Amino acid sequence: MRDAKQANTRVVVRLGVTAVLMFGFGFALVPLYEVFCDITGLNGKNFGRGDVAALEVDRSRTVKVQFVSTNPETMPWEFKPVERSMRIFPGETHQTAYFAANPTSQWMVAQAVPSVTPAEAAQYLTKINCFCFDRQPLDAGASQEMPMVFVVSPELPAHISTITVSYALYDITASEPVALQDKTKTGSQLL
Amino acid sequence: MATVDIDLPHVKDHDHDPHHHGPAKGLGRWLFTTNHKDIGSMYLIFSLCMFLIGGLMALVIRAELFQPGLQLVEPEFFNQMTTMHGLIMVFGAVMPAFVGLANWMIPMMIGAPDMALPRMNNWSFWILPFAFLILLSSLLMEGGAPNFGWTFYAPLSTTYGPPSTTFFIFGVHIMGVSSIMGAINIIATILNLRAPGMTLMKMPLFVWTWLITAFLLIAVMPVLAGVVTMMLMDIHFGTSFFNAAGGGDPVLFQHVFWFFGHPEVYIMILPAFGIVSEIIPTFARKRLFGYPSMVYAVASIALLSFIVWAHHMFTVGMPLVGEVFFMFATMLIAVPTGVKVFNWVATMFRGSMTFETPMLFALAFVVLFTIGGLSGLMLAIAPVDFQYHDTYFVVAHFHYVLVPGAVFGIMAGVYYWLPKWTGHVLNESLGKFHFWMSFVGVNITFFPMHFVGLAGMPRRIPDYALQFADFNSIASVGAFIFGLSQLIFVYNIIHNARVGEKATAQVWDGAHGLEWTVPSPAPYHTFSTPPKVD
Repeated sequence: MRDAKQANTRVVVRLGVTAVLMFGFGFALVPLYEVFCDITGLNGKNFGRGDVAALEVDRSRTVKVQFVSTNPETMPWEFKPVERSMRIFPGETHQTAYFAANPTSQWMVAQAVPSVTPAEAAQYLTKINCFCFDRQPLDAGASQEMPMVFVVSPELPAHISTITVSYALYDITASEPVALQDKTKTGSQLL
Repeated sequence: MATVDIDLPHVKDHDHDPHHHGPAKGLGRWLFTTNHKDIGSMYLIFSLCMFLIGGLMALVIRAELFQPGLQLVEPEFFNQMTTMHGLIMVFGAVMPAFVGLANWMIPMMIGAPDMALPRMNNWSFWILPFAFLILLSSLLMEGGAPNFGWTFYAPLSTTYGPPSTTFFIFGVHIMGVSSIMGAINIIATILNLRAPGMTLMKMPLFVWTWLITAFLLIAVMPVLAGVVTMMLMDIHFGTSFFNAAGGGDPVLFQHVFWFFGHPEVYIMILPAFGIVSEIIPTFARKRLFGYPSMVYAVASIALLSFIVWAHHMFTVGMPLVGEVFFMFATMLIAVPTGVKVFNWVATMFRGSMTFETPMLFALAFVVLFTIGGLSGLMLAIAPVDFQYHDTYFVVAHFHYVLVPGAVFGIMAGVYYWLPKWTGHVLNESLGKFHFWMSFVGVNITFFPMHFVGLAGMPRRIPDYALQFADFNSIASVGAFIFGLSQLIFVYNIIHNARVGEKATAQVWDGAHGLEWTVPSPAPYHTFSTPPKVD
C-alpha cells in the first residue's frame, strides 16, 4: 500500500511538473517564434536598422522600391507615402517620407509597423533612419512628413527586381502614460 | 485485446468486507464521491447535457441557414452560436464523455479497485460544471457571448472581443485544470494499478489509447492555458503578444493555438479508436487483428500530431518550405491511420459477425471516419487548401471526423458498456432505430457541405449566396433528423436502463476482458482483490 502511494506521488509530481513546464513552453514559443523568423528571414520583419558602412554601388541594375501604407479601421489618421515608388541602384542611400495627418480633435500617438515583401528581400533592406523607430505623436489637426532613409544591399539576389515596403499605422494613444500625454499637450514634444 | 486469459469464474462475488459499504445516500453521495463508477456516471451525464445544449445551438445555426437571407437570428447572435456550439461540443461534450468512459472502464479493464487518485478525481469532475456555467452565462451578459469562433483567433478575441471574453478565458482555464487532473489520474491508474500479470502489451486497446491521449492532454492543455493567459494579458494588462502596434504578431496566436489545437483533435479521436477496437472483435468473434501494430499506430499518430499544426494556417503567408514540410508531415499521418482501418477490416474478415447496436455504430465509425480522413488528406494538400480554406468543405471534414467519428465512437461505447453499468439490456429495436436515424441524418447534414464548400461557401456566415440554397436546406433537414433522433437515445437510456431485460455478466456472447467477469450491474466496488491475469 505504501509503495503504491509512493508510486502515485511520483507519477503526480512528474506529470504535474511536466504540465507546468508545458505552460512555460507556451510562453517560450513567443521568443522562439521571433528567433526562428530571425534565423530563417521569414515574416518580412527582420531588416537591419542603424548605420551601414558606405556600400559599393551596383550600377549594373536598378531595383524598384514601392511604398504602401495601411490604416487599420480604428486608425483615423491620413497616412500615405510621399513617393509611391522609386527606382534605385543597390548600394545607394536614399531618403523618402510618409505623410501623416491627425484629423481628429485629440492629441494622438501612432506607431508604424513595417513589413517587406518578398520576405526574402527583407534582410537586404537596411533602414538608416525611420519614423517607425519612434512613436509619432501629433496634435489635433496637425500633420507632418516623416522621413525614412534606407539602403538596399548590392548583395540583393538578382531575381528580385521589386521590393515592396509596407507600413501599418496603429493608434497607441491609449497605452501612453498619462503624465507624458499632459506634457506633450503643453507643447514640448519630447518624443 | 491481445492475449488475456483470465482465471476467474465468470461471475465473481464482490467483496463482502464490512467496511466496503455501498454508496452513501442522497446528494452527498454525488458531491463527495470518490468512487470511479459514480464519477464516471457524472461525467457521462454532464457530457450528455452539454451534447444536447450544443446540439440545440447547432439547430439554431442550421435553422438560420435553411434559407438564404436573415430569418431567425441576428448575425451577431449567429456568431455567438457557432462559437459556443464549437466550444461546448469540444470541451463539454466529447472530452468529458471520454473521461467518463475512462473512469468507468479503465479500472475494470485492468483489474484495479478504483482510480489511483480518487479525491483528485472528484475534484476534476466538480470544477467542470462551474467552467461551463461561466461560459454559458456569458450568453446573458452585456455584449453577448464570445463570438469569434471556437478557435478565438487574435485580434478578433483580443482587440475586438466582447467584454465576456474574460469569462471565457477563465472558463477555459478551469476546463484545462480539470483535463490535466483527469489525465494525471488516468496515467497514474494505468501505470500503477494494473492487476498482476496485466503487462502493458496485454492491456485492452481502449486503455492504451487513453494512456496516450492522457499524455497528449498533459502536453497541450497547458499550452492552451498559456495562450488564453496571453490573451488575458493583452486585454487587461497592456502587453502586446498578439498586437502588432506594440511589436507583437497576430500570426503568433495561430501558431501557439494550433500547437495545442492539432494534438487536441487527436485527443478527441484516439479514445474512439480504442472503443471501436474493443467492439469490433466482440461482434466479429475474432481477436483484434494486429494488436501491436494498433498500439504503435496510435503512438505514432500522437507523436506526429505535434509537427503538423501549421496545416491549419497554410494561407497566412507561410514560406513555401514551411508549406511543403507541413503538407508532407500531415500526409504521413494517413499511414498509421490506414494501418488502423486495415486492422479493423481484417478483424471483421471471415468473422462471425452480428450487427447489434454497438457494432452498427462501430461499423459506421469505420466507414464515415475514413471519409472524414480522406477529405482531411485533400485539405492537407497545401496548394488546393487555398481554395478550401475557411469554406464549408472544412466544416464538412471536421464534422465527419467528429460526429460519426468521436460521437459515434462514444455512442458505440455507451451501447456496448451500458448493460454492464445498469444491469439492464438496452432495447435493441430502439437502439437500431436510433442508429439508422443518426446515420442517415449525419450524412444528409454533412455530405452536402462538401459540395457547397468546394463551390466556395465560406464558413461562419449567417447568410449566403443564392446558389448554395438547395444544399443548405437539405443539410438543415438532415440536422433536424440527426438532432431529434438523439431523443430516442436519451429515452432508450433513461427508460430501458431501468426496466430493460436483465443483463448477464458477459452481456455480449463474444465479449472478452476483465470488465465482463464482474456481475451486471457492476457492484459498487470491483476488484478489491486484484484478479490474476495470465
